[in-house]
Amino acid sequence: MLISLNWLKELVDISGYTTEELSEIITKTGIEVDGISEPEELPQGVVVGNIISCEQHPDADKLSLCQVDTGEETLQIACGAPNVKAGQKVAVAKPGAVLPGNFKIKKTKLRGEESNGMICSLQELGVNEEDVPEAFKDGIFVFPEDTETGEDAVKLLNLDDSVLELDVTPNRADVLSMVGMAYETAAALARNYTLERPSYEEAKDKADSDVAVKIVDKEANPYYGAFVVQDVEVKESPLWLKNRLMAAGTRPVNNVVDITNYVLLEYGQPLHAFDRDRFNSNVIVTRYAEEGEILETLDGKLRTLSPHHLVITNGEKAHALAGVMGGKESEVHEGTTDLLLEAAYFDPQVVRRSANDHELRSESSVRFEKGLDVNRVAQAGERACELLQKYAGATILKGTAEEDHLNRKETVIRMETSRLNDRLGTKMEVQDVKNVLRRLQFEYEEKKGVFDVQVPSRRFDISIFEDMLEETARIYGYDHIPYTLPEGSGQAGGLTEEQRLKRNVKTFLEGAGLSETITYSLTDKESAEEMISPELKDEQHGAVRLAMPMSEDHSHLRLSILPELLRTHSYNTARQQQNLAYYELGKVFISREDEHVQQPKEVLRAAGAVSGEWVTNPWQQEKKEADFFVVKGIVEELAGRLGLSFTYVKGDVQGMHPGRTALVVCNGKTIGFMGQVHPRYQKKHDLKETYVFDLNMDLLLNLYEKEETFVKIPKYPSVSRDIALVVGEKTSAGEIEETIVTTGAPLIKQVRVFDVYQGEHLAPGEKSIAFRLLYQNPERTLKDKEVEEAHGAILEAVAAKHNARLRQ
Amino acid sequence: MKERLQELEQEALLKVEQAETIEELKSVRVEYLGKKGPITEVLRGMGKLPKEERPVIGQLANEVRERIADAIEEKQSRLEDEALEEQLKNEDIDVTLPGRPIQVGGPHLLTSIIEEIEDLFIGMGFEIKEGPEVETDYYNFEALNLPKGHPARDMQDTFYITEELLMRTHTSPVQARTMNAKNGKEPVKMICPGKVYRRDNDDATHSHQFTQIEGLLVDENVRMSDLKGVLQEFAAKMFGKERMIRLRPSFFPFTEPSVEMDISCKVCGGEGCSVCKGTGWIEILGAGMVHPNVLEMAGYDSEKYSGFAFGMGPERIAMLKHGIDDIRHFYTNDVRFLKQYHNA
Repeated sequence: MLISLNWLKELVDISGYTTEELSEIITKTGIEVDGISEPEELPQGVVVGNIISCEQHPDADKLSLCQVDTGEETLQIACGAPNVKAGQKVAVAKPGAVLPGNFKIKKTKLRGEESNGMICSLQELGVNEEDVPEAFKDGIFVFPEDTETGEDAVKLLNLDDSVLELDVTPNRADVLSMVGMAYETAAALARNYTLERPSYEEAKDKADSDVAVKIVDKEANPYYGAFVVQDVEVKESPLWLKNRLMAAGTRPVNNVVDITNYVLLEYGQPLHAFDRDRFNSNVIVTRYAEEGEILETLDGKLRTLSPHHLVITNGEKAHALAGVMGGKESEVHEGTTDLLLEAAYFDPQVVRRSANDHELRSESSVRFEKGLDVNRVAQAGERACELLQKYAGATILKGTAEEDHLNRKETVIRMETSRLNDRLGTKMEVQDVKNVLRRLQFEYEEKKGVFDVQVPSRRFDISIFEDMLEETARIYGYDHIPYTLPEGSGQAGGLTEEQRLKRNVKTFLEGAGLSETITYSLTDKESAEEMISPELKDEQHGAVRLAMPMSEDHSHLRLSILPELLRTHSYNTARQQQNLAYYELGKVFISREDEHVQQPKEVLRAAGAVSGEWVTNPWQQEKKEADFFVVKGIVEELAGRLGLSFTYVKGDVQGMHPGRTALVVCNGKTIGFMGQVHPRYQKKHDLKETYVFDLNMDLLLNLYEKEETFVKIPKYPSVSRDIALVVGEKTSAGEIEETIVTTGAPLIKQVRVFDVYQGEHLAPGEKSIAFRLLYQNPERTLKDKEVEEAHGAILEAVAAKHNARLRQ
Repeated sequence: MKERLQELEQEALLKVEQAETIEELKSVRVEYLGKKGPITEVLRGMGKLPKEERPVIGQLANEVRERIADAIEEKQSRLEDEALEEQLKNEDIDVTLPGRPIQVGGPHLLTSIIEEIEDLFIGMGFEIKEGPEVETDYYNFEALNLPKGHPARDMQDTFYITEELLMRTHTSPVQARTMNAKNGKEPVKMICPGKVYRRDNDDATHSHQFTQIEGLLVDENVRMSDLKGVLQEFAAKMFGKERMIRLRPSFFPFTEPSVEMDISCKVCGGEGCSVCKGTGWIEILGAGMVHPNVLEMAGYDSEKYSGFAFGMGPERIAMLKHGIDDIRHFYTNDVRFLKQYHNA
């Protein structure tokens, strides 16, 4: 919403404030000023001149020599504009004038002829190219004929205006008009404003004997008034009116259209003028459209209507889409003489639906959608009639033809000063409240600090005590509310156990070398259903799809974090970032049934991906590529951090390397997986060899048990023994380890693989795994004999179970 | 015997002095102080002395021994020092060579900002609540005084899944859920950070996914001045004590009165510059007193209970704090971007 200060100034006294101060006050009382456009460099010394004669320059084809009367003197000026003619009133920069850009006008000679000044285009006067009316785009500006010679052109053209750009919140539709802003400004500055009733001369004949109005649905259209306007002369609007429209960002058309637009800006009430002849009826019927009914709107588009679109008809066919746009057929044109002027109230939701369906957001529809002052509808029509009479010579029939079902019930709100102070934390006196209400021009009755406030109809946003609370507070000033801290029952803030754990997991993963990422939950269908963790695989019913996605790339809710995480790997790899280690803690969405009617189950997961060198930039040591065991090391340590122990079972996950993928199992439950991304997937997404893990955090956080009791640090020394076992190459280290642990209990404290060998010293199909075993007795020093016994038992067990022999 | 002892002392001290290595010194020790050394010998021969001289000689012998031992000790530590000096010379390294690289990760900038804000409000006694990202229409809109057909819930802005199911457009449904869970009785004091979704095309200032932190305090006699106090406390800790705050009226369907909070511009200090669009103020968050309809819908008696709520965008705060010009950086996860903020 744009507010011309030159216009506002005529409604309410804003003297004594700079534009910046005014903006600050208006912003702080409730209407945010989002931008200020002030004239930066005003042209000086530019007056209205009358071109007495205009002749071809003797020595230049494209120049004209004009004799221009500026009121004080007659100047010879050479002009190159194609549209210059004798008899025109034009803007003349006299010698000594300064135009924007510090362009000084001097007496000069052009091709041997004197030129004492310049006839200006609007652009030369500093008007933005896009604001220049079409007729003057390629030449000089021409004032209306009745303009006084010698007048200040800058004032006439309203170039000295400042315009405020307001960002109006949806509740304050009352300020979407100059009248509304005048009330608001008056309240903010504690000055006066009253809207005067328009007046014009009415003809003897009555409007409602000429035309009849019929409303079919009074919910959708509570009020429809039609003024009958006759004998108008369609022509250009006066300059001041055009200036005001332009300042508000509306392009002038002709006096009739301009006047309805002007009243829209002034009163906030949209109006529509039909050409009476082309409307071609004495009845106006408002009704819902029929299915498939067609209306050509003013913009020349054919609109196919549905039964929830409200239309204005002549009893037979639609002539306007109510509140949104008029019809082409009955548009006001140069030859229009009689009008039907509509001033109506349409239901906001009805207008909204029509505007949405036809993608037609207009100045008019916006105001209907946000609400109108019920007491200003007909008055706005009267204001238009007043202007039509004055500037289009119209005859106006008496009264209106109307049907009226508007609810004009007044809102009265009770407001106790004490309650006001309790809610705001202020110490307002009764007199303070009175002052606020006076500034707002709200009537009230008051007894012992209890106010019954009568809310004026223009403030249809106010309906409950809290609304008045805000109203009072903002005028009283938010700055005058003190700073306090809540006094209520104290509560110890803090993280829940789960939140604390989540933070621990993040800190751990970061310490382990992974950078946190946040990727999109919405992805394409294919990615959404890839790499689903086995424990979710059976319960899911496909990725949940958005009803109206913006793009297919973000159309489905992910079932795994990994595809999007791997996308960031592709992105970075493509940008020469080779060594990547990422993790994300985020949710995946598991639908509970095929129809996706219920809220999906949201499962928190911790997923990571590593590729490239894990140990980089060596000058002392070997560099090391990321591999399965780098990621496994991280997962194992994470288990330790949570006080859990994981086991790893070879498994199959779609999108993963079949030979290098393990399911991660905890307490007998699969809680995720880890391994290498399938080479086919890697190739498709331009990934290097990439290793990932994906764990179900919800399950892990459930399994986590806090270590409560202190475990004594063992006092007695441990004994370590190394064994290298030769086994078949398919035998896994994990199986052997399990046998060692179960057989060696309780003395075995730790088993660690420290070497795996396969090659020339062994038979084909064999491998050797070397373990370091640690024996310890927490109660006393171990005896050699005990260790020998346990060790022997272990060797027997692995030989029996895994066909393992000691490597010599 | 006395002379013999003095002679031995002279001899030994000379040898100590002449010793050049620790080994030589060791042999001097063995030679003079050892069990078979000359001093021991002298002491053994003391039996031949008259009774009254024995203690004198004995004492002298001990003194000589001690002096020799001290001299050896002293020389030894000197030789050791010299040896160490020599060793240090050989252990010289090029300290400008790079250290052994270790893999370090770090948090995402948004997480850092969110956790900073969480900790700040935890310090003021707030709990942290979470809620589902796929919400029902009821909790996302209706329970927040946004009935069906309300202009503020245009289809344009919301990713619907079905008519009743949607991607939450703000973290406010967590407020409604938390209040509902308390059955309209106990006070609520919480913040809820999380991901939210809007039906927008991604560009420099829009992202279809972003984060939000919402706060809510409901209790008996909560005043608007309390909101001001808490927000000031927050702004001082988050942005620095020197920044001023201002509240100005605004509109949200779930609060009444509604406010927007600005902080004074850091770049120009309130003078007006391009960062604050000439106003001297930068918008940080929206807030207000909980609308009585919202309280009532959650089962609270709005005559007895009142409260305030506020909501802010970590992306915006991060962008302001670090001068980041494009919201997409947060979700592209360019490693060079992420690593810049690992210690933020």
